Amino acid sequence: MAHAYTPGLKVTEQTTIQKVRRLPLLGDVLVKVGDMVNPDDVVAKTDLPGNPMSMNVAHDLACEPEDVPLHMLKKQGDKITKGEVIAKASSFFGLSKKELKAPIDGSVELISGVTGQVTLREPPIPVQIKAYIRGKVVEILPREGVIVETTAAFIQGIFGIGGEVQGQIKLIAKTPSDVLDASSLTPDCKGKIVVGGSLVTGAALKKAIEVGAVGLVAGGIVDADLIALLGYDIGVAITGHEDIPITVIVTEGFGQIKMADKTFNLFKNIDGEVASINGATQIRAGVMRPEIIVPEHKPVGRLAADTSSEGLIPGTPIRVIREPYFGVLAEVVDLPPELQVIETEAKVRILRCKLEDGRVVTVPRANVEIIEG
Amino acid sequence: MSENSHGAKYNLDREINSILATDCGSTTTKAILIEKVDGEYRLIVRGEAPTTVEKPFEDVTAGARNAIREIEELTGKRFLDDKGVINPRRPDGSGVDIYLSTSSAGGGLQMMVAGVVKIMSAESAQRAALGAGAIVMDVISIDDGRLPYQRIQRIRHLRPDMILLSGGIDGGTMSHVAQIAELISAAEPKPRLGIGFKLPIIYAGNKDARGYVSKILGEKTDLRMVDNIRPVLEREVLGPAREEIHNLFMEHVMAQAPGYDKLMKWTPVPIMPTPGAVGLGMQNAAKEHKMSVIGVDIGGATTDVFSVFGEEYELFNRTVSANLGMSYSICNVLLESGVANIMRWVPFSIDEADLRNRIRNKMIRPTTIPQTLDELVIEQAISREALRLAFIHHKSLAVGLRGIQQIRDIGAAFEQSMTGQSHIDLMKLGMLIGSGGVLSHAPRRVQSALMMLDAFQPEGLTQLAVDSIFMMPQLGVLSTVHPQASAQVFDRDCLIRLGTAIAPVGPGREGEHSVIVRGTLPDGREVNEEVKYGQMRLIPLGEGQTAEFHIQPARSFDVGAGKGKAITQKLLGGVVGVIVDARGRQPFGLPVDKATRIKKLLEWIESLDVYPREVLARYSAK
Repeated sequence: MAHAYTPGLKVTEQTTIQKVRRLPLLGDVLVKVGDMVNPDDVVAKTDLPGNPMSMNVAHDLACEPEDVPLHMLKKQGDKITKGEVIAKASSFFGLSKKELKAPIDGSVELISGVTGQVTLREPPIPVQIKAYIRGKVVEILPREGVIVETTAAFIQGIFGIGGEVQGQIKLIAKTPSDVLDASSLTPDCKGKIVVGGSLVTGAALKKAIEVGAVGLVAGGIVDADLIALLGYDIGVAITGHEDIPITVIVTEGFGQIKMADKTFNLFKNIDGEVASINGATQIRAGVMRPEIIVPEHKPVGRLAADTSSEGLIPGTPIRVIREPYFGVLAEVVDLPPELQVIETEAKVRILRCKLEDGRVVTVPRANVEIIEG
Repeated sequence: MSENSHGAKYNLDREINSILATDCGSTTTKAILIEKVDGEYRLIVRGEAPTTVEKPFEDVTAGARNAIREIEELTGKRFLDDKGVINPRRPDGSGVDIYLSTSSAGGGLQMMVAGVVKIMSAESAQRAALGAGAIVMDVISIDDGRLPYQRIQRIRHLRPDMILLSGGIDGGTMSHVAQIAELISAAEPKPRLGIGFKLPIIYAGNKDARGYVSKILGEKTDLRMVDNIRPVLEREVLGPAREEIHNLFMEHVMAQAPGYDKLMKWTPVPIMPTPGAVGLGMQNAAKEHKMSVIGVDIGGATTDVFSVFGEEYELFNRTVSANLGMSYSICNVLLESGVANIMRWVPFSIDEADLRNRIRNKMIRPTTIPQTLDELVIEQAISREALRLAFIHHKSLAVGLRGIQQIRDIGAAFEQSMTGQSHIDLMKLGMLIGSGGVLSHAPRRVQSALMMLDAFQPEGLTQLAVDSIFMMPQLGVLSTVHPQASAQVFDRDCLIRLGTAIAPVGPGREGEHSVIVRGTLPDGREVNEEVKYGQMRLIPLGEGQTAEFHIQPARSFDVGAGKGKAITQKLLGGVVGVIVDARGRQPFGLPVDKATRIKKLLEWIESLDVYPREVLARYSAK
């Protein structure tokens, strides 16, 4: 295959970001091309059909299903209000009377003479889609949504949980190796996105929620702490819809792993600025990684050249992403073209790289990712 | 058949000399070229490229072109022009006689099924959907234990590609299936692809209820009517429903997926869902070789299990365990099996927290490969559990019709047989075929053999094979237009024969006599192996070789002829050989005590030469 390595995660101080903001059903777009929008601005809205409810009228009135339409006081499509009598039946020459009241506000959708069921529906549920990032509307997807564009500093994480939030970046770690523990989280973290170094501890996660931080970013997290936070285990790598009050993003992986210098340095540059972040991760075809976006960030100093398109060449900065050098940063030394037998006896394409401690080691190309920018 | 973009209709009366087939998988598009060589169809070359359904390409034909271009480069021939694959072949030699494709890109075919009774019409509907190659997202039935509002919520939440609705026998009561139709109507389900499109619903229930179902669902959905899948209780008719699923797959799912409109014009043969084509391939294999077959495909996200049993190999079943896989859903294997079940296959100790972090890191970086032997051993241990769980799931669905009356003679009455009995009889299993990265690319083939033995525990005599490059999908779809070419390539180029396993069935005690295997190998060497309970042995018998063996089980063991009864049979060799697995079946148990278990695992690893010894010793010593 053309790409025998894992494409790296994007970490860049300035790039153009486009976000597609799409409704779940067709609806109305509320903005036009050229409009400037803020994260909380509603750009499109629609109404989802209200929640339906089935009533077993034949059972409740003790009648045959085919008699249900006769006993209904409302027709299909009629509006109903909670508590209103909607069906009535009498038996024993009127001695015994039964009435059914509407349990909800809404309308009668279906009266079935076959099953004896009546379907009621609550009023439509309005759904709004917000802009998520500050930027300009560059395209309208008729009745579906919009595309918002901005120039921003952009960091992709490797894994995250929790949805879209906005907040001010607060870099707590002094170095990319620092561990973010509970004592570093103070009340002034409220509403902020706090950034640690190599690890966020379980206690720090709890404390971050306690003080009201909206987001938390670190190099690594321990598997057991993630489970403790969620109250359940994540089996399949689809996240973003967790019911938690904080969005958590790890940039490197599971366990204690030093944050890449490049990522850490960028956090230094965006410290104090307002970011839009999303923990949603989906790992399969059409990979989705968690993201930190700082719209309209003014780059500090000169921008480094973008090396991402060149692929692996000698000198490319990489991270090894599998044992025995998991998490270690390195630089490509050379890329022998021939297949080589590794310890498992598999014959694979490899590269040689220089680790941070100066050792030069052999690693399968599939086990490195480029630190992109 | 419709015309392709070159205006071709396949005329199979003329001679077919070259066939090109692609499988557009969720991550990789694989192309194979088959040509007639000396009167036989053979695989000539293969090519692959990343699938391009997602951004930035959003056109499946780009990946298909790249994979075919690799074949062009390797053969020096031309197969593509600006309209697509050139077919039929041109006088200048460019192009092929037949081009076809399968696809599971973009999440494959995702369905929801609904029926009246869980173990009857709903189960039949599930079998119809799975057999057609779908992932079944949920099964709704009147007796599924959920309240109506919970069912409605679930239907609303899922966005399947289509729903298969069944229930009631023809002429029977209508009210139950009508109730399910009303639930679906209330939920107003939307399709996964194509905002603003109506969701396709196939109605395959009581034909008397068609009018009412049309009234309820006709306007809101794209409703199709097919024959009842359970016209009477005692009969299951899956064909028409499966055919309609395939039609809708082409019309709705494929037509919405990026670039498929172009791909569909490249060939007059409908594009088949990949697992549906694999199922066809498995059925053909069983009929061709006249033996029952179990096949498994373990991927990154899902594990598919196929089985073909029965006197006429008519009992075909497929299941897909949607969340058992080796990368994307590897953490779910950990969740479902537990750490202890994974570690029982590992012959050294590892810290549990470390193991869990390693597995999670594999999930978030799924394309990495084990560099060290301990990582390989752990990955293969996880695959054993994924395969074992997927097989349990398969056995639960590969059963006869349930809830029906059986006419019994006096003998059957004593057998206490019930309805819904499993179709899976491991003693009757003839061949076990494995595919998917962890099985197809294991550094030593014996590792694949042992993974399959541990996970499936075949009984008696069973051939073991792996699909070398996973070309079963292409061969499956090819069998619909050219069965002969499909069968010849399957036999000669598709499978890597690992050998044959001899597994005596019965309880025993460690060190007790279990089986004696005698025979003469093709090179004249005599084999006379006595294998004790708890041991494994490898008898060398190479690829393409056969040898006759006399297999004498001990009194309490059965190898297929009954307890203590000998069998004399010609066995097929392979790249591994003949494996005598006397570790016991029914029950098979690993020692509970950790030290004893590790000792036993190391003994088996040594008997079969599974891993490089010195390297393994280093990890065991840690």
